[in-house]
Order: sequence, then structure tokens, then C-alpha cells
Amino acid sequence: METGYISAFWFIVIAAVTVPLMLGVGALLRPKSIPTKKGTQAYECGEDPIGSAWVKFNIRFYVVAIIFIIFDVEVAAVLPAATLYKDAVLNGNGAWVFAELFLFIALLVLGLIYCWVRGDLEWVKGVTKFAPKK
Amino acid sequence: MANNSALFAQTLTDWTQGTFLAPVPLWVWAMVSALVVIYLLALPFGGIATYIERKIAADMQDRIGPNRVGPLGLFQFAADAVKMLSKEDYVPPAGDKFLFNIAPVLVVVGSCAGFVALPLGQYLVAGDVNIGVFYILAVTTLIAPGILLGSWASENKWSLLGGLRSAAQIVSYEIPVALSILPVILISGSLQVGEIVKQQGWNPDLPIAANAHFWNVVHNPFTVFAFFILFVGGLAETNRIPFDLPEAESELVSGFNTEFSGMRFGLYALGEFVDVFVMCAMLAALYLGGWQLPFLELDKFWITLPSGLIALIHVGVFLVKTLLLVFVVMWLRWTLPRLRVDQLMGLCWKGMVPLALFNVLGTAIWVWAFKGQSMIQVAMGLFSGGGSSH
Repeated sequence: METGYISAFWFIVIAAVTVPLMLGVGALLRPKSIPTKKGTQAYECGEDPIGSAWVKFNIRFYVVAIIFIIFDVEVAAVLPAATLYKDAVLNGNGAWVFAELFLFIALLVLGLIYCWVRGDLEWVKGVTKFAPKK
Repeated sequence: MANNSALFAQTLTDWTQGTFLAPVPLWVWAMVSALVVIYLLALPFGGIATYIERKIAADMQDRIGPNRVGPLGLFQFAADAVKMLSKEDYVPPAGDKFLFNIAPVLVVVGSCAGFVALPLGQYLVAGDVNIGVFYILAVTTLIAPGILLGSWASENKWSLLGGLRSAAQIVSYEIPVALSILPVILISGSLQVGEIVKQQGWNPDLPIAANAHFWNVVHNPFTVFAFFILFVGGLAETNRIPFDLPEAESELVSGFNTEFSGMRFGLYALGEFVDVFVMCAMLAALYLGGWQLPFLELDKFWITLPSGLIALIHVGVFLVKTLLLVFVVMWLRWTLPRLRVDQLMGLCWKGMVPLALFNVLGTAIWVWAFKGQSMIQVAMGLFSGGGSSH
């Protein structure tokens, strides 16, 4: 196995251990805390919290997440072709790889244009446009 | 792809061959290198960066800044650390305790693990994995779930709002960032960061011109734009002003870390500074030539320099480039106002993503047309027909 991945493994482990380590050192240093009633409440500008904080949130976060997944998979799929591109060009086979890259990206640009025209890229959606007609 | 840059662990093994340390296995040296890089480079940088940032802020606002603890206030970050360590530890009783504890771990891991693939010098890299660029992208994305989980587990409305904004923002800007790295890969034909940096040297003797094109940022007209998109996207990925909406203190109290106190908050802040360093180091390595001195091959200097000195110069050059970018990041904080959330998403999806896609295609055409030669090489008419000798 490549040595680099052993290093990567240890970096992740040591970084992960750092957090409990620091919190543990803090536990030894700090005075024992006596929590007050106000102190254990969620912070809402000093008022008593109203209801749970786990509220429903806007659907647009979901839309953004879906568009993101499509494009992120695109990038992940383009990377191998992009890696081969230079060697292919130097060997005179650039046209094939370029055509593949171009087709793949063009399809996704079409998707982006579709989202754009449909208004999925607007953060503030036109309320009147989608409101039910009376 | 030949593995031409030695790793920390490999170097340490070679050095200790003849000594009593020879039987120590490779993975121990890998662990040692991880300890050294994280505890002597990553985390101290995060600490000192807070001090530097306050000093820069003070200078720009015509103040003095921290000057009480130690000479010039240099030990301010140590005082801050002691203060944070001695703060009351607080886990919201109504929240999700497990997720609350795991969230800072994700942020710290996401930022520190990025250091593995950063080439500090030609032979100084913790692990030059063959998927380097992809690895850094993947690992630094761990910060997004870290922030989202922390905000969700806090059971606080400010946190949730900040966390959701942060998730939408980081996720969206991931796309222009990744797309702006693609031109570099098209030019270099490798995902290994060490190899990409190596190709940004200037060496007229090489048979293949494309293997010694100068810095990627001036490779062709499109990479100039790609560099700026990557920088702006990096600002958004690390939640820096003008993209600090997740912790917009004037609207959301403190955003996603409202309920984090003491060292938990400190680790969040530390993780973000380390992430800024990783982002800037990646920019320096991918576009600004990493440890390469412009137009100077230290190995082929007219006097033979000791290899240790060359390594030191390389590390110095790399750090100067990275820290200059970090300075620009800090500078922007006191220059630009914060974006509105709809402007933020509009800028990403309608501005940067199409421009980044355009850059990818433009670079692909350039590489095809000029056989991978850079603007400078084409302009100087050097290496004519260099590609055919491959």
C-alpha cells in the first residue's frame, strides 16, 4: 500500500484525538461549574426559548442540495478524463478525450440552464408567479 | 506516475537506517510525521493567526491591538487558550449530546487532514497521495457536516439558521472551487500535488515543454480567471468575509457556534483558521508554483547548494506564498461588506459556475492547440515541436 495513505490515516486519527484531549485538559483546569437555570437554557437573547428550535425549514435548501449533488458527481466523473487529457494530447489522441469532456460538460450546462430558466437558482422565488390563481 | 517526491515517513526511515532506530516500522514514522505537522505547524498556525489577524485589524483601523501579554502582545493566543480551557463546559441539555460532541471533531479532522497532501518542499510532504487534489477537496468538505451537525445539535434557533446557511453556502461554492481546480489537472495530467508543483518550474532543457511550463496562474488567459474563482470560492468555503453569513454576528448572534463555549468554540475557530491555511496553501501549490522560485532551479544552480539549504528555501518560499494569500484574506475582512444571502447564491450559481465551466473548456482548447505549452513558452517561441518528442 502506498505510504501516503498511512500518513493520511494517522493525520485523521491524531486530529480526531486532539479534540477530546483538549477538552480533557480543560476539564482538569476549570473550576467546577454550578449551572444556573438561565445558564442551561438555549440562548434566545435572554428570553425564555419559545418552542423547539428544530423547526421546519425552507425547501430551497433541499433544492440547492440536489443541484449540488449533480454537479459534484459531475466533477468527480470528469477528474479521471481530465487526468488523462494531457497525455492524450501529447500522443495525438486529444480529440477523443476532448470530445468526451465537451459532451459531458455540455449536457450538464444544459441542466444548469434548465434549472436557471425554471427559477431554481433564485433564492427569493417570485411569490406571485407560483401562488395559486384565485 | 512515478512517486518522485519522498515522504516524511520514508525519509525518516532512510535516515535512521544505520542507527539503533532502524527496526522502527514505517507506520511509526508516519505517526511521528503526523504529530509534527499537526502540533508544530497546523495548530500553532491557527493560534498565531488569531493574534496576527487582530494586529492587522488594529493596523487597518489605526489602533494598537493586543499589546499586553508578552512582547508586542505575542503571547495573546496562549492567554486566549488558557482562558478558553478554564471556561465552563456547556452542552445544551435539550440538544443532541452525541452530535454536539462529534461536531468539533469533524471540523478539526477536516482541516488538519488536508495537510497530508500539501507539499511544503520538494521532498517534504507528509503523504503525496496519488489522488492528492481530490483528497484535499474531499477531506476539507468534512467541515460542512461538522458545522451543520453542531448547529443542529445545539437546539438553538440562531444556530440552526446559521448552520443551514453554512451548509447551503459551502455546498454551493464547492462546485466553482472544484471546477476551478480542473484546469490545473488538464494542464498537469496528474492529481498528485507534488507532481503538479514540479511541473510549474522553468526548465528549458526538458524534452517535453509542457512538463516545465511556468506557474499555472499565467499558463493561459483562462487560468487567471480560474485562480480568482478558486480564491473567492475558498473564501466562501472557509466562511470568511465577505461570505461569513453562517456566523453573521449582526443578524444571527454568533450563527452556528452560538451554543459552543470555551474550548469547543476555540476548536471551531482553530479549525477554521487551519482551513484558511489549507485553502491558501492549495492555491499556492496549484497556481502559484508552490515551493518553486520563479525562473530558478536550485538543483542546477551555478554553485552546488547543500540539499538541506535547498529544502529550507523551498519551505520558506512556499510559506511566503501561502502567508501572503492568508494576509489578503485577512485584509479583505476589513475591506468588504458582507453579502446578502440571495446575492451569495446568485453569485455562485449564476456567476462563478458558468465562468468556471467556461474556463475548463477554454483551458482544454488551449492545451490541445498549443500542446500543453504555457503563454510564456508560446510567446517566447521556445521548445518548438517539443510535444512531438514524447
